Amino acid sequence: MARVVVDVMPKPEILDVQGQAVSRALTRIGVAGVADVRQGKHFELEVDDSVDDETLHRIAGDLLANPVIEDWKVTRV
Amino acid sequence: MSAVRIGVITFPGTLDDVDAARAVRRAGAEPVALWHSDRDLQGVDAVVVPGGFSYGDYLRAGAIASLAPIMSEVVSGAAGGLPVLGICNGFQILCEAGLLPGALARNAGLHFVCRDQRLRVENAGTAWTSAFTEGEEIVVPVKNAEGRYVADGETLTRLEDEGRVAFRYVGGNPNGAMADIAGITSENGRVVGLMPHPEHAIDTLTGPSEQGLGLFTSLLRTLTGAAV
Repeated sequence: MARVVVDVMPKPEILDVQGQAVSRALTRIGVAGVADVRQGKHFELEVDDSVDDETLHRIAGDLLANPVIEDWKVTRV
Repeated sequence: MSAVRIGVITFPGTLDDVDAARAVRRAGAEPVALWHSDRDLQGVDAVVVPGGFSYGDYLRAGAIASLAPIMSEVVSGAAGGLPVLGICNGFQILCEAGLLPGALARNAGLHFVCRDQRLRVENAGTAWTSAFTEGEEIVVPVKNAEGRYVADGETLTRLEDEGRVAFRYVGGNPNGAMADIAGITSENGRVVGLMPHPEHAIDTLTGPSEQGLGLFTSLLRTLTGAAV
């Protein structure tokens, strides 16, 4: 078994309204100096050795992320 | 001829299947309940994918529902010209299923927006808009939190050039949708998706207008070739 991490983030050109809301909230807890926040998703998969990289990218691109609006990164840890 | 039969799909978390079936009946067709886990369209003449929060909007709105067994039947049916209408969560599902381009993102401003919304019919040549005239304005409810239509520049240009924007918001964009897009259609005009809810506007007792019924009478007109 291996652990795989898939990080999914809104594409840079997509307006991330959730990240903006988090960014604005930072000022309410007295934090200054944070220029930008972008919010994404983090998936942790337990996979057996038969799952190759091609399959992992299929999992990420066909289900975990929507390629129209999101980028993804697959990392074996 | 025998009554036109229009399937209405129910997923776990669907909310508006009852109103969609009511609109189908009011338009003069027979609603046929379709279940998400079935692989059978029961020979229907068209399909409505109604609104709600299928699978709790887990992962992304419409993402899990787009992989339901009934949706593989809808996708193959659409490839053969089956008319399909996706409303709200149904529109999100059709985009996730690849039947329509683009995606629906969280509303600008993050609020769930629920209000009566004016729309302009931009394309009166689709299977679901033929009872309207181009440029006609209608008022139907909009109610969603993830209704901001987004697509890449190339897709937007193609949609505009090919007249595939079916409905556009007028009198205020409720969610920051690109180019005020409320609804779009497939290349062949058989598949239409929109965020606002025509099925909630079929009589003035329960809705802001009767104009939403036009999408359903359009379908009958398309299928029977009869003037409405």
